[in-house]
Amino acid sequence: MSTVESQQTLKVNAPHVTSDTGTKVRQTLSSRIASLLVVLLTVVWTIPTFGLLVTSLRPQADVGTSGWWTVFTNPSFTLENYQTVLFSGGYNVQGGLIPYFVNSLVVSIPGTLFPLALATMAAYALAWIPFRGSNALFFFVFGLQVVPIQLALVPLLRFLNTGVHIGSVPVFPALGVTGHFASLWITHTMFAMPLAIFLLHNFMVQLPRDLMEAARVDGANSFLIFRKIVLPLTAPSIASFAIFQFLWVWNDLLVSLTFVGAGKDTVSPLTTRLQALVGNFGSHWELLAPSAFVAIVVPLIVFFALQRYFVRGLLAGSVKG
Amino acid sequence: MSHSQTTLPTSSRAPLEQLSVRDTRSNRRALILTLIALGVIVVLSVLGATGVLSIPVFTQPDSLAAASLWKLSGGALAILVVAAVLMIVFFIAGLASGRVSRPVGIVVFLGPAALFMLVGLVIPAIRTFLLSFYDAAGKTAVGADNYVWAFTNPTMRVVLINTVLWIVLAPTFATAFGLVLALLSDRMRARSEKATKSLIFLPMAISFVGASVIWKFVYQYNEPNQPQIGLLSQVAIWLGWKDPPNWLLNTPLNTFMLIVIMIWVQTGFAMVVLSAAIKAIPNDVLEAAALDGATGWQMFVRVTIPMIRGTLIVVFTTILIAVLKIFDIVATMTGGNFNTSVLSYEMYRQTFVQGDQGHGSALAVILFVGVVPVLIYNILQLRKERATR
Repeated sequence: MSTVESQQTLKVNAPHVTSDTGTKVRQTLSSRIASLLVVLLTVVWTIPTFGLLVTSLRPQADVGTSGWWTVFTNPSFTLENYQTVLFSGGYNVQGGLIPYFVNSLVVSIPGTLFPLALATMAAYALAWIPFRGSNALFFFVFGLQVVPIQLALVPLLRFLNTGVHIGSVPVFPALGVTGHFASLWITHTMFAMPLAIFLLHNFMVQLPRDLMEAARVDGANSFLIFRKIVLPLTAPSIASFAIFQFLWVWNDLLVSLTFVGAGKDTVSPLTTRLQALVGNFGSHWELLAPSAFVAIVVPLIVFFALQRYFVRGLLAGSVKG
Repeated sequence: MSHSQTTLPTSSRAPLEQLSVRDTRSNRRALILTLIALGVIVVLSVLGATGVLSIPVFTQPDSLAAASLWKLSGGALAILVVAAVLMIVFFIAGLASGRVSRPVGIVVFLGPAALFMLVGLVIPAIRTFLLSFYDAAGKTAVGADNYVWAFTNPTMRVVLINTVLWIVLAPTFATAFGLVLALLSDRMRARSEKATKSLIFLPMAISFVGASVIWKFVYQYNEPNQPQIGLLSQVAIWLGWKDPPNWLLNTPLNTFMLIVIMIWVQTGFAMVVLSAAIKAIPNDVLEAAALDGATGWQMFVRVTIPMIRGTLIVVFTTILIAVLKIFDIVATMTGGNFNTSVLSYEMYRQTFVQGDQGHGSALAVILFVGVVPVLIYNILQLRKERATR
């Protein structure tokens, strides 16, 4: 594509070899075709979301009879659709999305903090309190990361529902949490554990060894070191994982469907509701579009506000040394 | 400070200075907080007990605002309780000294996480493995019947073929698009590079359910003589296709349409990670190649690709695992109908819709077998990495 062109630019630039030629090589390779291709792909990637956003703002009468792209020649906007889906429900549906939105918050915030706390503690122990078998345990946790949660769903649901019995003798009582927020807090904590421990461990092993040893020599025990050194120094990394976990819980469908179900406005999170609405609203896109945006607005805000940390958390798991 | 050779941010040095054997001030603060937390727990226990005795103190109110507040405060209380428990445990465990202090530390730090993984993942996984050899209700052993069913039933054959299509196409295309975008945007001006990356990366932040709704609208089918509202049909008509198909009902077209959604979501991930790897290639390597007269293409094949090989594999396998577990897209787009089901969705359907635990468990185990190669590869990589450290 741009081989010939870049070859020429390279030859032209060859005499100016300086210490940062590498950077220059990168820049001079740029060609208009490459930029154009990127812009084109970006537009293609953005159009589907943009189309739905436009649709969510169009009057009901227009949405069903003309494509959203006609809005450029025939602009007409309203917030009525949002009013409907948030507060009253709309076509065939009783009740708005507000309770589900609140449910998602109530599920996601503890569902982020609990695994974060436990994983931070465990990661610290695995990184800085060596004991016999700690290495093997770390490898085991690392392996657990890729195990599909589908493998655990049914027995875990049964355990939470009925406890553990040997014959008819109860060994462990039913926790009685299925259908409540607590079941999602507990299960999200369980399922988040391996990845969280692995990532936070990666951050923690980077702490300077001298510092930890000096603190030990000064007589600080693990708890003091954890509170005074580990937590303050790894806080940014912990935050970047927190964003990740928050989005994961907010966006989850499978765990929520399994442990609380879709239809209960007292507990069901927004994703389960949106998935159900796809069936209820059918082709009523003037209702489905705003519903989708209510469901994705929080992740979008988190994403745009904290993108740097988000990317950092992502990279920590994928590109290492 | 004697550790000045380490590059710590100055703001985080402050707590270190206060570090001493007897940290009385913070101990007093911890004690006060512990007492407060204890009080909260006591109050909550009493309230919880009234709930158990079904005294109607805690019934959810009717009005929307009151109900929301009630739920949010419930969440806040839960956070408080957990924080209080952790503080108390830390406080008590911190009192341990001498020989017991190390084992106590290990148990306290590692115990909760280990327990959650054991109860939430390890034991259930073993149980699922056992259940896969039992009948629908999990009562009678049926040998390998469930596995025979999974590999011979005609419906299941479609599911397995679809799953293979997914795990071949989605990771390949997402990684390829991500690589192309990473390479091309690497040559753009910084600001436009950032904007591009944000927009392509954005689908990664939203839920698969949200992404599915977005694409369901793109795939919306109307009769060709009606006004079109789905973008894809309209584009097809503009391009001269008189009678475009119903994208989501037409087998096997629909499976490919669903895979497109996954590619759309995962490309941003591939791009960001690969882009970081490309930027990490040392400048002198590129310099040397340029001085040797490497062309753009040669540079790409001989320098860039070998330098980021490890990251490419990580990206590919990460997406592969995400694809194997994909449930939401199929559930939202077609509900597994019209021959679009995949393993992880079928596992859910067999278990919770058909009520057949045996079939469901067998499918979950097959799913697990699918990730085993990745698991082994990952562990070998990690061992290698640790050996060189």
